[in-house]
Amino acid sequence: MAAVQAKSISCPNCGGAVELRGFAHTLSAVCPQCHSVLDASTPEVEILQKFEGKTQVKPTVPLGARGKIGGTEYEVIGFQVRQVSSPDDSYSWNEYLLFNPYKGFRYLTEYNGHWNFVHVETALPEPTFARGRPAWRFAGTVYAAFDSMTASTVYVLGEFPWRVKVGESAACQDFIAPPSMLSSEATGGEITWSRAEYMTGSQVWQAFKLSGSPPPAYGVFANQPSPYGGSIGSAWRTWLWLNVALAGLLFLFIVISPGRVAFSDHYAYSQNVKNDSAFVTPTFQLDGRNSNVELSIHTDLDNNWAYFNFALINDQTGQTFDFAREVSYYHDSDGSEGSRNNNVIVPSVPSGQYYLRVEPEMAVGSPYVRYDLEVRRNVPNYGFFGLTALLLLIPPAFTTFRRGGFEAARWRESDYAPVSSSSKDSGGDDD
Amino acid sequence: MTTTTVSGPSANCPNCGAPVKFLWSSAIQTTCEFCHSILVRTDVDLKKVGEVADLPPDASPIQIGTEGAYQNKSFVVVGRIIYEYEQGGWNEWHIVYNDGSSGWLADAQLEYDLSWAAKPAGSLPPSDQVQRGQAYPWNGKTYEVTSLTKAHYKGVQGELPFEYWNKSDLLFVDLRTTSGDFGTIDYSENPPLLFLGRAVEFDDLHLKNLRDFEGWT
Repeated sequence: MAAVQAKSISCPNCGGAVELRGFAHTLSAVCPQCHSVLDASTPEVEILQKFEGKTQVKPTVPLGARGKIGGTEYEVIGFQVRQVSSPDDSYSWNEYLLFNPYKGFRYLTEYNGHWNFVHVETALPEPTFARGRPAWRFAGTVYAAFDSMTASTVYVLGEFPWRVKVGESAACQDFIAPPSMLSSEATGGEITWSRAEYMTGSQVWQAFKLSGSPPPAYGVFANQPSPYGGSIGSAWRTWLWLNVALAGLLFLFIVISPGRVAFSDHYAYSQNVKNDSAFVTPTFQLDGRNSNVELSIHTDLDNNWAYFNFALINDQTGQTFDFAREVSYYHDSDGSEGSRNNNVIVPSVPSGQYYLRVEPEMAVGSPYVRYDLEVRRNVPNYGFFGLTALLLLIPPAFTTFRRGGFEAARWRESDYAPVSSSSKDSGGDDD
Repeated sequence: MTTTTVSGPSANCPNCGAPVKFLWSSAIQTTCEFCHSILVRTDVDLKKVGEVADLPPDASPIQIGTEGAYQNKSFVVVGRIIYEYEQGGWNEWHIVYNDGSSGWLADAQLEYDLSWAAKPAGSLPPSDQVQRGQAYPWNGKTYEVTSLTKAHYKGVQGELPFEYWNKSDLLFVDLRTTSGDFGTIDYSENPPLLFLGRAVEFDDLHLKNLRDFEGWT
């Protein structure tokens, strides 16, 4: 059988030729010369409507352009500008009619650089609730009420499988489950449901192999997927797992590396004894690779302070680590301040024979203080764990914060904006 | 028309004498490819009951002889009824499955529905009482009336399971479910006929032997 031929009609208003792309599906077509809307369904080609507008709109994706979406090639055969007007707000969007002679009709919508690929659905959605408002469940997904509007066709180009009419309006409602949107359109009591998938300008440009770059997207569109959306749950999940891993590591540290006691002894100091308070300990062995050394001080201070100058000295090389610690402990009936104990961690101490040089100091007239010194090798540094846990919190917290901002911007454009009445993006009237 | 999987007896057109081949042995009516006579099978021969006016131009990719398969059941298109309403037209393609049963493949502006004659539990609503939004429980599912279409018959082609020609204004009531089921009540008969089936995507039908379209390969 011979191929179905594309047909062409001539415009009874201006005599110009109107090439049809939609074969016998086309019921009405717009004359590209005089913009009359013509009835293409009968050989008589009646004029349905003459063009009374003042301005021409140039479609961003030209009529006749072909593009592949979801593996199917579609041709742009019709174009409408649909407008929503209310006393305090007016905006419009572009709607492209896409055609494939086997797969049928689809739509592409364009608003402020945001695009949607639309498929008319015949199955009915089920009523349900979401966000405390009526919602719809369709094919397992719940779509939350977003906004409703009356949209009028204000400009048409190309051809349509119905009798298109400038001025015709429909009551539309949008329900969202980004990146999808479920929309209902009611005309004359009949409701048509459609499902839209968000597309970026560059995806449209790629699909239709258009030159140049797509118009930039302004604001956040109703069903635009959040760049933080998919990752918010996973960001916190990752955070949880990292914390579990960190806790495991901490546990491992505590179990395998409690720190070996290299040296410990008891001492006493009184500032009343008028000789040099400084002394050195016997030598002790620090083994293994370069690692930390913890010196802990336990005192019996009571409403007093003591100050200790230390030097950890390598007996063989003379390498010296100098450090000091104050220990102070005060208490009364209201509570206490400070601690009788203190400690210091010296990082990266090579192995070898070491001794400590200790020089205690106290205020004049202080009583006698007893204290223990203990040197441990290889102690886990718990501060690292705390800091790591804190740092791990940054990415999910940041993601959550950014997502919150994105969602707020999305819902500001809806009928359910939390504050203010300046609903729609003011950039909407630039068409 | 090309070869098909279903074969049946052949006869000659009582009007022009051309051979009339049946693709489906249970066909009641067919049309002569040459003189466009509408032929009805009687016990003994074929009887001319009318003539098909020129078929309106249509752009369905389906034609008589198109083969397909749905849920592993293959079928062939053997005939059609063409309807027209104020927003265009549609084809009810009569399809015959490889098990000899028959059904319908509707193509309404490239939206496809498969359906089969069904027996409703209980009676169907009379045509003057049916309304959009009404719901009927059939086969454990809730079918909601989504559209009422006043259409008229535009022509027939090929083999049909009943005598069908010279019809005038008709009422069709379409019903849908939340799970993609499709139903239609055809008020051209009394009592009305019920067809139940499913909305299908083009790709789900695995169609072969389709029409070609200029500019599309």
